[in-house]
Amino acid sequence: MVKITPLSQILERQYRNLSDIKTYVGGACLGCGGGTVVQALARAIDRIGLQLEDVVFIKGIGCSASQVHSLNYSILRVLHGRAPAYATGLKLARPELKVITLQGDGDALAIGGNHLIHAAKRNIDITIVVNNNFIYGRTGGQFGPTTPMGAYATSAPYGVIESPFDVCKLVETAGATFVARGTTYHVIELIDIMEKGILHHGCSVIEVISQCPTSYGRYNPDKMGGTANEMLKWMRDNAVRINKAKDMTKEELKEKLVIGVFVDTQAPEFNDECEKIIEAAQAGRDRHHH
Amino acid sequence: MNTGTNVVLMQGNEAIVEGAIAAGVRFFAGYPITPATEILELFAQRMPQVGGKSIQMEDEIASLAAVIGASAGGVKAMTASSGPGMSLMVENIGLAITLEIPCVIVDVQRMGPATGLIHTSQGDMMFAKWSTPGGNEIIALVPSSVRETFELTIKAVNLSERFRVPVIILSDAHLGHMREKIRVPDQDDIEIVNRPGPTVPPEEYLTFGADEAGVPEMAPLGSKYRSEYTGSLHDKAGKYGPPPEERSFLISRLSQKILAHRDEILMIEKALLEDAQVAVLAYGVCARSAKTAVKLARAAKMKVGFLRPITVWPFPTDVVRQLAEQVKAIIVVEENLGQLVLEVERAAAGKAKVSLVNQYDGQLITPEKILAGIEEVY
Repeated sequence: MVKITPLSQILERQYRNLSDIKTYVGGACLGCGGGTVVQALARAIDRIGLQLEDVVFIKGIGCSASQVHSLNYSILRVLHGRAPAYATGLKLARPELKVITLQGDGDALAIGGNHLIHAAKRNIDITIVVNNNFIYGRTGGQFGPTTPMGAYATSAPYGVIESPFDVCKLVETAGATFVARGTTYHVIELIDIMEKGILHHGCSVIEVISQCPTSYGRYNPDKMGGTANEMLKWMRDNAVRINKAKDMTKEELKEKLVIGVFVDTQAPEFNDECEKIIEAAQAGRDRHHH
Repeated sequence: MNTGTNVVLMQGNEAIVEGAIAAGVRFFAGYPITPATEILELFAQRMPQVGGKSIQMEDEIASLAAVIGASAGGVKAMTASSGPGMSLMVENIGLAITLEIPCVIVDVQRMGPATGLIHTSQGDMMFAKWSTPGGNEIIALVPSSVRETFELTIKAVNLSERFRVPVIILSDAHLGHMREKIRVPDQDDIEIVNRPGPTVPPEEYLTFGADEAGVPEMAPLGSKYRSEYTGSLHDKAGKYGPPPEERSFLISRLSQKILAHRDEILMIEKALLEDAQVAVLAYGVCARSAKTAVKLARAAKMKVGFLRPITVWPFPTDVVRQLAEQVKAIIVVEENLGQLVLEVERAAAGKAKVSLVNQYDGQLITPEKILAGIEEVY
């Protein structure tokens, strides 16, 4: 049995104060999955034992788990979609830091798609958390790059006519060396995934399937269910762990959600390569003298 | 770069890189674009030699974003581009203003609109000031020689650190690719300014704790100080969405910290103005043609003077107003449809006649053309 640290201790060590919790956690819509994502991150950080000076969060625009503002870490809340680019600059400037981006599906994959795949391509040692709730929540429920085909959204009143991105496949192809998917139902595993992702040396992308009953569930009760409870139960009933999914046919996996760690490998990491270049340059080795 | 004598032949774009290194810049992020590409290439060569890092990003949006990330982490950082890339950077210029992240942005101007042509232009003067939503003050410097490009790059870095602002250097295709002899100063003779660090203990630190025209103290990300940077309007603690009076306080402070310190920022070259009846106001590389035209006019016994704003933003309104009180006419020379001439007209407020001699075909304006303009109003 996994030992779970009491919430009171997590609150004391990882969160700022009751006022901020009320604002950023209590301020979310009823049933929002963001708070669970942030608490899983807080617990992973707590387990690793990182301190205030070790961690910087870079948060995108949109809901993208705004609850992170209630944590006691430095935070750079940036422009829509660009979080991996700021993270790249910060990581190169301060390689000792754990730089974690927290983005929604629209932020990471639509407006920020280019930055996401390039961070993965460079395999820079940052952790990208994509809070995938299948919808633009903050602006009131427009369809996004992960909204399933046929789902309804305020900007797709007749249903979405595009096929969605598979976040994990996309970043795996782009070169991320740690790729995983968790859910806000499978919290114990989510904490493990986040711990591994943060500790991984290279670009880690963690997709968290999260519920937005207000802007997604409500209009698409036939997809994951209409309420937070129904959506969480959908995750429970439809998630298949990667080791089990390996033995299942494409047909059997059709309506399922595969979760777990898909990629965990090592490849040259971008900042390490930059440091090597500094060494080479200072030894006078460039393309003319190698 | 050190040749023993410290006198070297240097390209304008190279002077940006060497000036930046001298000023302590150790991070560059950019994207290829003519006529600024040499800056990216030379940073790629030079940064690792001095222990810094240079990265070619996926676009100019990401370039300035990476610069902001690096600078927020405590490393002096900059980027360089030209019109089409500057267009993409706009949202991050606004972010650097509101988050008060020191950084330098070089715009090696080319013709517009859109991709225009790669030939020279001064078409981005108003763009530099007004590109971002909100209409905030900005600092922009315009060099007119390779030597001055080197010096102004150092100055730009220092101003960005002093006031925690993005500073724009407005070079152009001519200057960027021009080679001139310059004397590189000894590093010990170069003034270096660093951002104000926190003077309070971590528990008392506010990310944006400054009064009306103040510059907040800046702790690097990843320290014992918790920073809360919110790109949206924020209170002194960095909290999103403050009440109306705190919104206007922030908007005002972001501009006032520049306007209240104009004496530290404004740089102007003046020549032959004592007895002048007509003044030629020019900036950037075409100010060199203008200066030659003024000398030709003097040789023809015309009392003509010369004024060159080196700092174009904030605009030296008071200086131009005084000039307008002295002379009967001000001739503005620029390589665009007429941009700073609007500022000159505003500052002159009818006290002197303001006329424009301009050209916007990608070619350098000649002294003869400017002289003809002088003769017309003299």
